[in-house]
Amino acid sequence: MRNYSAIVARCRILFRLFLGFSALFCQPAFAHAQQSSSNEELLVLPGEIGRSGGRLVVSLRGEPKTLNPLIAADARSREVIGVMQADLVHINRATQLTEPALAKSWKISPDGLTYTLVLRKGLKFSDGQPMDADDVLFSYHVYLDENTHAPQRDLLIVGGKPIVVRKVDARTVVFQMAKPYGAGERLFDGLAILPRHLLEQPFQEGKLAQIGSLSAAANQWAGLGPFRLREYVAGQRLVLERNPYYWKSDSAGNRLPYLDELVFLFVPNADAQVLKFESSETDMISQLGAENFSVLSRQQNGYTVADAGPGLEYNFLFFNLNDLGEKASADLQRKQKWFREVKFRQAVSAAADREAIVRLVYQGRGAAIWGLVTPGNKRWGDANLAHPARSLDRARALLKEAGFSWTTGPNGESTLQDSGGKPVEFSILTSSSNADRAKMAAILQDDLQQLGMRVQVVPLEFRSLLDRVTQTKEYDACVMGIASYDADPNSDINVWLSGGGTHLWNPSQTHPATPWEAEIDRLIEDQMSARTFDQRKKLYDRAQEILADYQPVIFLASPDILAGAKNSVGNFHPAVLEPYVLWNVEQLYLKNGRENAAR
Amino acid sequence: MSRRRKAGNWLLVLGVLHGIVICAGFFAPYNPVEQDRKNPYLPPMRLHFMDSRKHLHLRPFVYPFQLRTGTFDQYVEDTAHPRSLKFLIAGDRYRMLGFLPARLHLFGTDSERVYLLGTDAFGRDQLSRILFGGQVSLLAGLLGAGFTLLIGWCIGAVAGYFGGWRDDVLMRVAELFLALPWLYLLFAIRAFLPLTVNPLQAFFLIVAVIAAVGWARSARLVRGIVLGAKERDFVRAARGFGASNLYLLRRHILPETSSVLLTQAAILIPQYVLAEMTLSFLGLGVPEPVPSWGNLLSNLQQYSVLVSYWWMYLPALIMVPFFLGYLGLASALQERPGAYKMERRSLGSLA
Repeated sequence: MRNYSAIVARCRILFRLFLGFSALFCQPAFAHAQQSSSNEELLVLPGEIGRSGGRLVVSLRGEPKTLNPLIAADARSREVIGVMQADLVHINRATQLTEPALAKSWKISPDGLTYTLVLRKGLKFSDGQPMDADDVLFSYHVYLDENTHAPQRDLLIVGGKPIVVRKVDARTVVFQMAKPYGAGERLFDGLAILPRHLLEQPFQEGKLAQIGSLSAAANQWAGLGPFRLREYVAGQRLVLERNPYYWKSDSAGNRLPYLDELVFLFVPNADAQVLKFESSETDMISQLGAENFSVLSRQQNGYTVADAGPGLEYNFLFFNLNDLGEKASADLQRKQKWFREVKFRQAVSAAADREAIVRLVYQGRGAAIWGLVTPGNKRWGDANLAHPARSLDRARALLKEAGFSWTTGPNGESTLQDSGGKPVEFSILTSSSNADRAKMAAILQDDLQQLGMRVQVVPLEFRSLLDRVTQTKEYDACVMGIASYDADPNSDINVWLSGGGTHLWNPSQTHPATPWEAEIDRLIEDQMSARTFDQRKKLYDRAQEILADYQPVIFLASPDILAGAKNSVGNFHPAVLEPYVLWNVEQLYLKNGRENAAR
Repeated sequence: MSRRRKAGNWLLVLGVLHGIVICAGFFAPYNPVEQDRKNPYLPPMRLHFMDSRKHLHLRPFVYPFQLRTGTFDQYVEDTAHPRSLKFLIAGDRYRMLGFLPARLHLFGTDSERVYLLGTDAFGRDQLSRILFGGQVSLLAGLLGAGFTLLIGWCIGAVAGYFGGWRDDVLMRVAELFLALPWLYLLFAIRAFLPLTVNPLQAFFLIVAVIAAVGWARSARLVRGIVLGAKERDFVRAARGFGASNLYLLRRHILPETSSVLLTQAAILIPQYVLAEMTLSFLGLGVPEPVPSWGNLLSNLQQYSVLVSYWWMYLPALIMVPFFLGYLGLASALQERPGAYKMERRSLGSLA
């Protein structure tokens, strides 16, 4: 049985450790404190007390497609929605643990099947309308409705059956599951509570997907997040204003958020974002590349840059292991024979110079990885996972065992050939817009050249790359990266399961193609319903070990999360989980009002 | 005579420059694709003759760089361990002119490597890459210009000499090509071609693409000269004596076009080198790790490289003497009296 106050206590300790707060911490615990003056139960956040007012400008990689969380699939939309909506239980991006949000407390029944959540008193949407259990019921009803096609629906099918939501009273909701859910209350993170008073009618008319567009959302939508929409200028910016009904306060009793306005500028290019930040057009920058980070840290005028440590992004190489039958060209079939050979993949992994990738691509601001769980994930890494150093000798021995041999060409270069005497040649796709991955591919190309493999790097526009990998499946190998949105294994479920869409080497299988994929499927499904962390961890470790043995994916490196903010921005503490700098947006404040007014 | 000497001087300059690029294996100290992963973005090492104690050395030497602690791309000179340069030293294997196996290099060091123009993101020697990159870019320019002139010459001769509907058809097609924006045409053509091509295929694709796009202008020039030449008295006389079309073209008409072709070549080659660089700069040229001047410059697309590593601009500077040489040659050729007259006449017939 999960003891909620123990979690809070742990939250607090980790919070302190991570953020390095000092004296300001002798405040009451944030979950239990209440404001006595009203009938509202505000969530009191610890930490530095800021000053109210001002406008913070950040850049966004492009225009968000929608503000409707039911149809948002792109990262930019999710980033904006993240500051406009709120969930029942929230994962603290710094501690990676859950903490109360709209629900002030929750209880899990001993069999792990029933979750009872109690909502805060006096919650209001950003349009001033009260929020209660009916809104929660409505929201989950919408998420689970098949006609809505919400991407969140899959999360709410536990043990093959949709979660059943019941109302006990105006502030108590019960969630009933068919099977225990391993990640527990993390399930509720990111599931925004929708305003029933605004959406019930469009939902019944089946028009829910049409509302929430950027130009119309201001009067069609209300949220529970710290900000609400003020203005949208197509192609330029999105201006959000403070939600006066927000349900959090600082330890001095000031209602959050501090900022009056939050502006997203649409800046599609990473270099342009750096220039805007340098010229003070934006106040914060995140997702910095290592090279731009060192440019900024060398100049450092009026701003601070911070390295939050390794994130959850993993970059990897994978081969085309799809069973294409007769559709595959003879050429690809011949190559797939090598790719299906475990020792071939192990040899490629042994030859990959991960240290060089970290040094040359990330300038040392990253970590070499041998599995999907990055060092940024504090709880789920498998300590027993081997981290073999690069060894060309081992790679050569493995290739020899698999029946490969070498011939010496006229120029003295050796060429690897398969048992049929054909030279080993293949191409690696990379995204042309990602300089980091292109560099990784160039390093791998050189590494594999030393084994006698002739590798070509083909940069492709990202969408056509994705099309080749998931639709037409006409490729040899590909370098890609995925950033998990949460530290819990369940966020990578589609990578692990053989039926998953991001099981990239052979996606969306109806039956597991290999015995070890079947074994991973079983382990991952078991850990999903295991009750304790230790049980889950054991199963998950085993899955990680199998993946490392069979190397369908050759994991390479994970970059640090690098961010920067002007010195005038208070409470700037980048986290390794998305949203990296805006996770504590309600606590961000501007230290100096004057400089801000001038802009 | 001085004009001829001028052209000769420019030819000599170009000859020396091309000689260096052709013999890149000898002048470059290292293999251009070899990565020295411990030394990314190393600044150029300066040649010294005087050491820190003011002693003069006959043999030039360099001070190696060491990473400043706590940084990943900041280097300081290590004056305690000078590295002296050796000349005519055996090093990496290469093939002189593409076939003669050789190991001799103009300079090098015994143990540690020396980078006179710095290194790139993978620790590859920038000097070697510029020299070997020149082979790709210049050859693409030369071959592209050669093909263009050949196509233009044939089409121009046919259109000008035979006239009539052939002239109309060919010249309308030429106008179509002239009106097309060449860069976008290059993009379009490149987009149709297969993605996975090895460097050699990619190279010939570029040459073919460049040549196919640029023939129209030279075809029109040649046509103009042929039009004028076929009406001249000695051509009419020869025809009167019963000379065949082929004989007339070969003996009397096409030689008239030679000086225009030469001038055109001198103008087209640098233009086509630039076209190759544009394609490679945009990632449509020869693939990594093979160097070409465009590939080398494409590093500058990153803001961080642009503001941090000035030696990455050097490939842009290296074009200057080459382009100057070609344009000097072109203007020297144009100044020749025969060429001048020819030019005026051809212009007249064009108008």
